[in-house]
Amino acid sequence: MYSAADLKKGLKIQIDGDPYVITDFEFCKPGKGTALYRCRLKNMITGSSMDRTFRPVDKVDVPDVEEKEMFYSYNDGTNYVFSDSETFEEVQISAEQLGQKTYFLIDDMTCTILFFNGKPIDITLPTFITRTVAETEPGARGDTASTNVQKPAKLDNGYELMVPLFINQGDLVKVDTRTGLYAERVSKG
Amino acid sequence: MERKIMPESVARLRSLIPVLKQRKEIFASVRRSLDGMGYWEVDTPCGILAPAAEEYIEAPSAGNFFLRTSPELQMKRLLAAGMERIYQIGPCFREGENGRRHRSEFFMLEYYEAHSDYMQLLDHTFSFIRQAALDLHGEEKISFAGKEILLDRFECLSVREAFRCFANSDADACAREEALFEQILVEKVEPNLPQERLCVLLDYPVRFGAFARPKKEDPTLVERWELYGGGLELANAYGELVDPVIQRERLISFSRTRERMGLRKYPAPEAFLESIDYGIPPSAGAALGLDRLVMLLTGHQDIGEVSFPLDS
Repeated sequence: MYSAADLKKGLKIQIDGDPYVITDFEFCKPGKGTALYRCRLKNMITGSSMDRTFRPVDKVDVPDVEEKEMFYSYNDGTNYVFSDSETFEEVQISAEQLGQKTYFLIDDMTCTILFFNGKPIDITLPTFITRTVAETEPGARGDTASTNVQKPAKLDNGYELMVPLFINQGDLVKVDTRTGLYAERVSKG
Repeated sequence: MERKIMPESVARLRSLIPVLKQRKEIFASVRRSLDGMGYWEVDTPCGILAPAAEEYIEAPSAGNFFLRTSPELQMKRLLAAGMERIYQIGPCFREGENGRRHRSEFFMLEYYEAHSDYMQLLDHTFSFIRQAALDLHGEEKISFAGKEILLDRFECLSVREAFRCFANSDADACAREEALFEQILVEKVEPNLPQERLCVLLDYPVRFGAFARPKKEDPTLVERWELYGGGLELANAYGELVDPVIQRERLISFSRTRERMGLRKYPAPEAFLESIDYGIPPSAGAALGLDRLVMLLTGHQDIGEVSFPLDS
């Protein structure tokens, strides 16, 4: 158990069986009264946020959370399988849980997987991946360096995104895995 | 030529210089105002034998004495001795209080007026804050957290009114439950206080007036105000409790609460009790967090940005 005085920004706690991370923290002592610890909490499973105020006498549960580095191994048809590089212990994560991250997985890519009570609840991929542009219309205004105007493109793995006009089929581009957005061109095709 | 790289501890202070200068100007302005109102500046020791036994304020101990959490009891002894308008500017200490608006060591302005009342003290307080803004910025307004605060007048709300309006709650009922009053104050009342002017919360339930005297018209309330500016709690004032019997009762009750909470026992403040027995004239007193006043007047939102770092 944590006591309220242990609370600080970044600390992971458990409330009503769910893991939360403290994203904002403020110590208050209104009107010569008891100290209060105001926290903004983010649910580590659903991503939703809430505010909670703790009193000095409050105790807070410590969640069983663990981060592990694992590499992406293969897709078994329904799930994506990740392996521990030392123990070769495997973990399966469903396509639903991964969302659009399925498009950014590359064989043997090292990812950080967050476990809560032994179950994977979140996965962090390397910030950028590089892929080839499979389809895009030629830029209407020629090979300008402008990134303000964008056009649709499809990558070699079927992922669709917006890219600047100067990007052509066959170009290698970097994609930000946190946002799913185009980041920069690596080389021309 | 030898070139030295500036260590972070030096760079940090260097970036602090402009605000330290403003801080000095604000302190000087406040002193000028109070001196002009006939106040005497006094100094009492930081190391004291018996801190006031408040329920939620902890005095750090230093050898065989304590560091003061406020100079309250000592300044009241000066009132009993015959001084009538006194103020003190100096460091105070509160264990475990650290945050964007709290430091375990901070600067307090503590001031008392004998034969006065807490509303007159409020007028004086507002006038020296307005003067400090005028001296620093040349105008009667402040810019804080992206908003303008006008100092032409201040807003005034009773605690009961504020709890009703902003939280749809009964302040007296909330005061009966542990931490509920504070929680509603922080979550619902303070964020909704008027932002365009300084704002005063007036008349608290008895439980929240450790050293305040009961109101004549309604003894379930005490004469107390808190002054807010830009969401910052700036100052706390009491119509001082000078009745030795009630004062003793309260000290005993606080002492018991502290014992129940497992907090350290403080020695009884004997000299203060002798003074109150002898007689303290009807007085009003206030404590104002000077670091917070500097924050408000200079637009800084973190107390660490306006004071020398606690890193030595």
